[in-house]
Formats: sequence, structure tokens, C-alpha cells
Amino acid sequence: MIQIRNLIHDYLRRDEEGNVEGSHRAIDHVNLDVHPGEFIAILGHNGSGKSTLAKHINALLYPTEGTVVVDGMNTADEQNLWKIRQEAGMVFQNPDNQIIGQVVEEDVGFGPENMGVPTEEIWERVNESLRIVEIEHLRKKSPNRLSGGQKQRVSIAGVIAMHPKCIILDEPTAMLDPSGRKEVIRAARALNKVEDITIILITHYMEEAIYADRVFVMDEGRIAMQGTPREVFSDVDRMKELRLDVPQVTLLADELRRKGLDLPAGILTADELADALGLKEETDVRKQA
Amino acid sequence: MKEITLGQYYQTDSVLHRLDPRVKLIGTFCYIISLFIVNSWPGYVAAGIFLAVMILLSHVPFSYIVRGMKAIAFILTVTVLFNLFMTPGEPLVSFWKLTVTREGLSFAVKMAVRLVFLIIGSSLMTLTTTPTQLTNAMEDLMKPLKKLHVPVHEIAMMMSIALRFIPILMEETDKIQKAQMARGADFESKSIIQRVKSMVPILVPLFISAFRRANDLAMAMEARCYHGGEGRTRMKPLIYQRRDRIAYGVLAAFFCLCLSLRLLKF
Repeated sequence: MIQIRNLIHDYLRRDEEGNVEGSHRAIDHVNLDVHPGEFIAILGHNGSGKSTLAKHINALLYPTEGTVVVDGMNTADEQNLWKIRQEAGMVFQNPDNQIIGQVVEEDVGFGPENMGVPTEEIWERVNESLRIVEIEHLRKKSPNRLSGGQKQRVSIAGVIAMHPKCIILDEPTAMLDPSGRKEVIRAARALNKVEDITIILITHYMEEAIYADRVFVMDEGRIAMQGTPREVFSDVDRMKELRLDVPQVTLLADELRRKGLDLPAGILTADELADALGLKEETDVRKQA
Repeated sequence: MKEITLGQYYQTDSVLHRLDPRVKLIGTFCYIISLFIVNSWPGYVAAGIFLAVMILLSHVPFSYIVRGMKAIAFILTVTVLFNLFMTPGEPLVSFWKLTVTREGLSFAVKMAVRLVFLIIGSSLMTLTTTPTQLTNAMEDLMKPLKKLHVPVHEIAMMMSIALRFIPILMEETDKIQKAQMARGADFESKSIIQRVKSMVPILVPLFISAFRRANDLAMAMEARCYHGGEGRTRMKPLIYQRRDRIAYGVLAAFFCLCLSLRLLKF
């Protein structure tokens, strides 16, 4: 689906006359492959280059060196531009700054309108997209009157209406409250499982990354760690070195293991921990009571 | 703060609300022109009846429409007074240095009626049309200007984005103001100069944030394949219905009536 080879991106610093003063390497020799239908999470602290990487996949930025190929199309080739942007949709961080329409349904129709889809088909696509993210009841509302989680789902619906093969979510939950975060992540997982759309989730909330098939950790523009969530989170020391947390349960399990308890590395959920501690039955009983 | 509606759209269901926005835009334009064509009392009566019928059709309460008139009360008074005292002619009443003439009186009343009809007529359009419909109608009506290389689609897009961001920026202004107040900024000061000065620390962050938003929005629009009006389709295209054709007919009849009243010197 996506092949990134030896990608380098330099941001140029310019002085007031527009002369190049210097450059800052945001992405440094990144290689990354995403297969169709995968759920990928990219982690990293602020300034690690993860958003820059995402913008390359949507052809909003072009490589300084190296290549990015999306579904067989090179992003550097101008002819492919609109096809790539249609196939690899993007959801940004701030919901207010990416909603164009003054009514929810009009915003969802914005992408298809740009692509020149006939009117009747736009309506079909809008209805379908609103149903997938479960916001049909909000279709006539003004975006200004929705909660953060709802706004972000409107943004996702707007991308789905373009019938993409892949959706890149660039820190979609960074400005939301915990319940809004859950809404958005649930929508993203449903898209991946039910609609079979490839998802690339960029985040700094570790709890959101545990659902991914594979996790990439970025640092200083490079990929510092990669693997399944279990493999990545089991290396608590390395994660701390990269100025990242691991999920709280994983941290607790790790501390317990260091104190001599016999636990496997890379525990991700509370249930797993309870299981490993032999508390499973007790918690089940408690749930029933 | 979130309830801000530009042009004070009044939500209800009526024939006027359902009418194609292009008809309403052209209609308002014609009505304003006809107000300046007629210059006799029969003409004003005709214009008044036409307006009254439209108000009845719109289902907008009359008190709601009148409320909008407050804003122009001052201009109205000034116009009337100037016309009343400044028109030369046959004197009716005179006191101190001021003289009211017969011509002045009739001119002032006509002017007042004209202005009131004009304001009510145009606010009736904004009361029954959403801002989105208005921008769509303007884009469609200005289409011929495209041949003269006027960026019609871009202007309409800018207008609708501006409308979308007005409430967001108002909220932001409020937030910035509260943040400044929390740090002891004084916005209650009586002196106007002080008040203007205290606006500067609000406007600077507001402008910076507006530019940042514009940047983000441009990127989001590009990511959704926006590339100008070329090859774009409409989700809600404007198509004339039977009622729109009838409305055009009524409009033409009214316009002809006004024209003939003027030409026949009634």
C-alpha cells in the first residue's frame, strides 16, 4: 500500500529577504512499508518528525531525498497528486480548522464535490459516511455546536466520503477530552475492521497504540523502534529513553516484574495483567456481583 | 456566543423560505430599483401592498422585522429633518430661523417611506435566506463575470469560509480577553483612549491565531482535493422549480406596474 524508501526531509530556514539561512532535518533516512488493511501506529514526542512523515504520504510535502510510493504512485509525480490525496485521506489535529461546511452534511460532501462526483452520488456517499461513523442524527447541525469528539468524527466522515484506501490520522485526539478520544479511536478501529481501510494513527497517547498491528516509534526524525505493540512496550527502559511513557498497566507489570514477580514482558491491558497474576477468576466473580 | 447568525436568519417554513435564493436576490434588487422609479403616492401604496403581502407570506413576525429598524432610526430622523427644513418652496409653518415648506414636507415623508420600505424589503431577504444559500446564489448569478476573469467561485468560497469562522474567532476573542483580565488588564476604563489601547493586546494574538488557522485550513482543504472551482460539482445545486418561475412572473408584473405609474405620471 505505502512504500517509503530512504526518505529525507529538510525544512529550510529563511531570513527576512527569503534567502536560505540553514536547514533542519526533520526526517532522516526513514524506511517504512504499510500493507493493505493494516492498522499502524506512529509514536514519538513533540518534534520527532511524525507529522512531517504523515504529510508526505498525502503529498502535502515532497521528499528532499528518497521516494514515497502510495498504491503504486510516486508522490513526487505531479500527475498523481489528486489521485493520491483521494486514496490517502488525512485527518488533522484541530477539528475547528479542518471543517469547511457550515452544516455537517455539507462538510462531508466537500471532498466529493472537489472530485467532481455527480450530485446524486455525493448524497449516497454522504449518507453512507455519516452512517459509518454513527453521526446521522447530527447531519443538519452546525459544526460549531458539536463536541470535540463529534467534530472529529465529522472530519473522518468527510474523508470516508472520498472513498480512500488509507486514512492517516495526525494526532486526531490531542485536543479532545477522554470520552471524545474514545469515540474517535473506536471509529478508527471500526473503519479498519469493518471497512478494511488501512489506518495510520499518529499519536502520543500510548493507550491508543495498543490496538495497532504494528507500532513505529520515531525520534529525531528516525525510526527508533518498531514491532508489535507487545514487543515495543515490553522495552520500558528504551521507551523512557525516547521520552515516551508506556501504558500504565504495562508500567505496573514491569515494576512488579523487577520486584521479583514472575510476569511475562509486554502486558498491555488490565485483563492480561489480572490473568498473569492468577486473578482472572476473582475479577470475573466480582464483575458478576 | 455560539448562536451568532449573520443576517439574522429567522427559521421557519414558508413559501419565501423555500424560494430559490437567486429569485430572492434578484427580487430584492428589483424592489429597491422600483422604489426609486415610483415618485407618486399611488406608486408607494402599490409598493407598500407588495411588501405587506411578502411579509405575510414569509411567516416572520412583524415585531421581529421592526426590531431590525432600530439600527437605522437615527439616519432616518436626520434625513427627514434635513429634507423637512432645507427644501425651498411655499412656506407652511415657520419659527425661529427654520421654515417648513409644502414641498419639504411631502419630500421628507416620501423619503422616509422609501427608506423604511427599502430596509424592510432587504431585511426580509436576509430573514428568509441562510448565508450559505446567499453565497451560492451570488456565485451562480455572477457566473457570467467569469468571462471577464473575475474569480467568482473563489469570492463565494471566501465568503462562506468567513461566515464559518466568525463564531470561532468571536469565541477566541472572548477567551483572550478573559485571559488578559485574569492577569489584571483593564477593559472597563471610562476613557475611550484607554479602551482602544487595551484592544491592542487582544488583536495581536487574535491575528496570529487567525493566520495559523488559515494555514491549517488551507492544508486541510488541499488534503481533501480542493483545487478551485474547476471541475467541481455541487452537492446542493440550485435548480429552478415551478414556484420560482411564478415568483419571477409576479416580480415582472410588479416592476411593470411601477414603471407604468411613473411613465403615465400618476
